[in-house]
Amino acid sequence: MTVDPIHQFAIQDLVPIITIGRHHFALTNSALFMFLIVILVSALLIGATLPRAVVPGRLQSVAEMSYEFVANTVRSTAGTEGMKFFPFVFTLFMFILFANLIGLIPYSFTVTSQLIITASLALLVFFIVVIYGFWRNGLGFLKLFVPKGVPIYILPAIVVIEVLSFISRPISHSVRLFANMLAGHITLQVFAGFIIMLAGFGVAGWFGAALPLILVIMLTALEFLVAFLQAYVFAILTCIYLNDAIHPGH
Amino acid sequence: MDPTAAKYIGAGIACIGMGGAGVGVGIIFGNYLAAALRNPSAAQGQFGNLIFGFAITEALGIFSLLIALLLLFGL
Repeated sequence: MTVDPIHQFAIQDLVPIITIGRHHFALTNSALFMFLIVILVSALLIGATLPRAVVPGRLQSVAEMSYEFVANTVRSTAGTEGMKFFPFVFTLFMFILFANLIGLIPYSFTVTSQLIITASLALLVFFIVVIYGFWRNGLGFLKLFVPKGVPIYILPAIVVIEVLSFISRPISHSVRLFANMLAGHITLQVFAGFIIMLAGFGVAGWFGAALPLILVIMLTALEFLVAFLQAYVFAILTCIYLNDAIHPGH
Repeated sequence: MDPTAAKYIGAGIACIGMGGAGVGVGIIFGNYLAAALRNPSAAQGQFGNLIFGFAITEALGIFSLLIALLLLFGL
């Protein structure tokens, strides 16, 4: 009995729409789940805040708590000036959080386990930082690469390192989320495969299979933590990068 | 050497890099905990820095895991 742990990330065409030349346009399972995420997030935030109760109910508390949580993060890392980017960061956070959480439901699809999705999000953040940085500070944005108080004879090396680390930001930003999701789901699948393999050995195997079963349950709990943590990490790194665009001096 | 065997050995070697990231993440959380026990009132304010350092360190381990996964399934 072989388990292919990578099969769950395959993109399948659900509804073919149009073919232009060699390019196929179709509603894929990835796109379907992205629509689902947007609908769920909108339903939660709009539906829960419709009553506008002074004493919030459960759902309204969830909506208000997530709002306050992200707002505090943006305010503490990017300052009050960064609050104009709050809608952007909040959208990113909720989208990634729901994508990660929905992906943990068995037989569903994890949108954030596709590098193209996370790379698109990270490049969006990167270009917003670059364009807004130059638009707001002009050439003063380049001060970002010249730290203050560095001796003049090592400054050229520092500038090169700063530029390289700035350019590699979208890579690490996107690969972190993608690889965490990918590795987590592969781990769960491999350990679930152990259960099936051991249970195939008869009664003695059933007792042996209890160990990986317990481990899978604990790993699933850990994955819920990772799902939240990676959404938070993505949001806080976005705030830190935006802070560079708003205050380029070190 | 059989190319498939070399691929699997390479994937195993690539995973060694994750050990370094494990040490780094342990140092970050250990130092945070030690400092938080000394001054619990200041701990909450440094939570963002903790997560930022964790993310930066973890990324390097994730890169080596990615190489291993690419060797196993991608190439």
